[in-house]
Amino acid sequence: MQLDGSNLRAMAIGCSILGAGGGGDTAIGLLASLQAVEAFGPVPVVDLDDLPDEALVMPCGGIGAPMIWIEKIDRGDEIVRIIPVVERIRGRPVVALMSAEIGGSNGLSPVVWAARAGLPVVDADGMGRAFPEVPQVTMEVAGISANPAVMTDERGNVVIFEGVDGAWMERMERAMAVEFGGQGYSSEYQMTVEEAKGATARGTVTLAIRIGEAVLGAVHDPVDALVEVLDARTLIAGKVVDVERRITGGFVRGSATIEGLDADAGRELRLEIQNENLVGIDDGAVLAMVPDIITVVDTQTAQAIHTERLRYGQRVTIIAFPCDPIWRTPAGLALAGPRAFGYDLDYVRVEDIDGR
Amino acid sequence: MGASGLDLRLGIDVGGTNTDAVVLDRTDRLLARAKVPTTPDVSTGVAGAIAAAAEQLGAGRTRITHAMLGTTHATNAILERRSLRRVGVLRLGAPATFAVRPLFGWPEDLRAVVSAGEEIVGGGFEFDGREIVPLDREAISRFAGSLAGRADAVAISSVFAAVSAEHEVAAGEIVRKELGDVHVSLSHEIGSLGLLERENATVLNAALTGVAGDVAGALAGSLDACGLDPVTFFAQNDGTLMDLEYALRFPVLTIGSGPANSIRGAAYLTGSTDAIVVDVGGTSSDVGVLTHGFPRESNAGVEIGGISTNFRMPDLVTIAIGGGTVVEGGGTAVRVGPRSVGYRLPDEALVFGGATATLTDAAVAAGRLELGDRALLSGREDVLAEALGSAERMIADAVDRVKTSREARPLIAVGGGSVLVPDGLPGVREVHRPDHFDVANAIGAAIASVSGEVDRIVNLGRGGREEAIEEVVDEARARAVAAGASADEVEVVEREEVPLAYLTDPAVRVRVKAAGPLEIGRASQS
Repeated sequence: MQLDGSNLRAMAIGCSILGAGGGGDTAIGLLASLQAVEAFGPVPVVDLDDLPDEALVMPCGGIGAPMIWIEKIDRGDEIVRIIPVVERIRGRPVVALMSAEIGGSNGLSPVVWAARAGLPVVDADGMGRAFPEVPQVTMEVAGISANPAVMTDERGNVVIFEGVDGAWMERMERAMAVEFGGQGYSSEYQMTVEEAKGATARGTVTLAIRIGEAVLGAVHDPVDALVEVLDARTLIAGKVVDVERRITGGFVRGSATIEGLDADAGRELRLEIQNENLVGIDDGAVLAMVPDIITVVDTQTAQAIHTERLRYGQRVTIIAFPCDPIWRTPAGLALAGPRAFGYDLDYVRVEDIDGR
Repeated sequence: MGASGLDLRLGIDVGGTNTDAVVLDRTDRLLARAKVPTTPDVSTGVAGAIAAAAEQLGAGRTRITHAMLGTTHATNAILERRSLRRVGVLRLGAPATFAVRPLFGWPEDLRAVVSAGEEIVGGGFEFDGREIVPLDREAISRFAGSLAGRADAVAISSVFAAVSAEHEVAAGEIVRKELGDVHVSLSHEIGSLGLLERENATVLNAALTGVAGDVAGALAGSLDACGLDPVTFFAQNDGTLMDLEYALRFPVLTIGSGPANSIRGAAYLTGSTDAIVVDVGGTSSDVGVLTHGFPRESNAGVEIGGISTNFRMPDLVTIAIGGGTVVEGGGTAVRVGPRSVGYRLPDEALVFGGATATLTDAAVAAGRLELGDRALLSGREDVLAEALGSAERMIADAVDRVKTSREARPLIAVGGGSVLVPDGLPGVREVHRPDHFDVANAIGAAIASVSGEVDRIVNLGRGGREEAIEEVVDEARARAVAAGASADEVEVVEREEVPLAYLTDPAVRVRVKAAGPLEIGRASQS
């Protein structure tokens, strides 16, 4: 499979859906990837099983405020310029790029860089969704080191970080991003292909495309098509009646209330939000929780609605579907389970929760 | 300015089906009203509406001192790729922003007509006001030189122009030095945050400057032909006015003025400042929101002719419900729209002896409207009642969708088809049906005030928060005055602060709009 003008639109839709309400808007990432494949040719999508075991897979993405990105768009070769730096430090060739975060804009960025570098992207990523912080990746769960993190900007500055742990890496990189103008580009957790096989959310690039193609190709109801392709559960279909948002510590926190319509009339779902949609609660009963993926979509178009765009009156359907199995391990839940976000809840898989 | 002591205002609004004109006196009493069919070239319809209104006034017409036009010329020019100027597209953003080049994603034919060349040069700002890199003046001179003889206008957009316009202004001076008297559009004067959309809007603006000149000429000609010599203003898409000189510089802002005029007209006719406004036309209905006396603006981008832009536009929900909407089927399967008979209503509706059941027939059957011959509807009452109920549910749904909270709000019904709006709607406190509801849009144009707006990211790390925001407020006021508002009466009508996420430094996006009445008062008293 390869990424080109015929499937990037679908992929962008899928990345938004996998973003669980976060990860930033994909509109610019879509334009940038379309321009890149037009200029440099299509980007092959490869499975980890088809790459040499000892070679390096290089996760990459942008770090900073999505609001910055709508003004200061990428140069388009940021990560390409740090590939040799990573190869020099690690003493191995980089054979493929990988999205650190398939959800939202970071799902598409590697396509831009891979097209220019003449490298494939692997059919995997470091989250299978979107999370706000650098160490909230499957590689951290699998015990891969984040070091060295290599960060750059559009001017060509390169910074190499050695952090004592993931939390410090997050602090250092975010501080650097502010100096760079609110947005930087980085690679952490570089690993061998062999390591990557057990440390990544696999199949997520092709999943994003399948999601988008199901939505775009729906004959009748795009939401039905979406639910079917993901084997998702519909938590509620209704309208947004309340949105409460505040910014603390640089992150968006709040909740949204969705009132059921038609078949769901009389029900009400509260969605707890911290950049992403984290918990869905119906009358005290939790219907889905992080790290499973909860996404708000437009009831008519099945397009994902980001948490910062939620507002009263929108007709929405809330779907939930299973996260990558890595997140369901004890180490995964310690890093990104409900308690990691401050909810005093025991994790229950979305498919094991009794519906409504 | 016209002779002293004269005081009538002529408001004209071009709609999809009709072009309306009204004349108001100093106390805003309606002295004349005209409705003529909109013509494909637009200008002929405008001339017809002016002539009809002038006719009604007779000799009194010479008292008209001000004319306000809300028109669709600009939209049509883009859709039809007609009369557009050749634009040199300059972006100040290198070494950033190359990942999406200027005009990438534009329809190829429109790009071919509009673009005289595109270039990204060093410049632009960070969100906190630092330069990304110093402005590359030499590269700007070179690009401008390459445009000589090929471009009629230049559009300049810098990264974070909303934080600092310094590079755009400097680049504009270099371009004028190289090319002499070409039109220069600067993005910070046109759009808000979002480089690509603002750049698109700026390029469209530059391309439309020729159309603006043509419209101004045609309007002056139509007025002159009726023996009128008023000062002319153009309606903008935020429901306010700009003077002729400003309109010639910012023609893109005229796009979307129609719905904005309806909302302002509804406000004026009812004396409300906060309400939901439903404008029911022949083919569709626009549902918008009046907040603090102005149309609420959309947060999402707006597509014009296949191009994403982000300049302010009224936030609307549009549904295919109008007086001419066709009713089909029967029994349990009654279908309403989206097809409409439009301007053929007087020939095709059942009450006029036609063969097509429409929502106008449904309104007559329900006794809401006296029109044509009600007896012609006999035997169809059930189907028409069903259709009306269905239309009302669609209106109710659209009304709920534009609301921002559960709180019940008043609603104002305007437009020729507004009888379709029922008296009782969920979440609506009361329904107002003002006099002259069917020319609310032209009245909206006539009574509009003048505004100025600033949208900017303010870094709170430097200096005080209050001071930083006060600076934005002052600039919004200055912009309103520059656009023709009376300096003594300008007020802040909208103020919004949104904190930025994912940043360790505190920064907020601040949007301020100031507006005031036209300089009219003092000018006519002098």
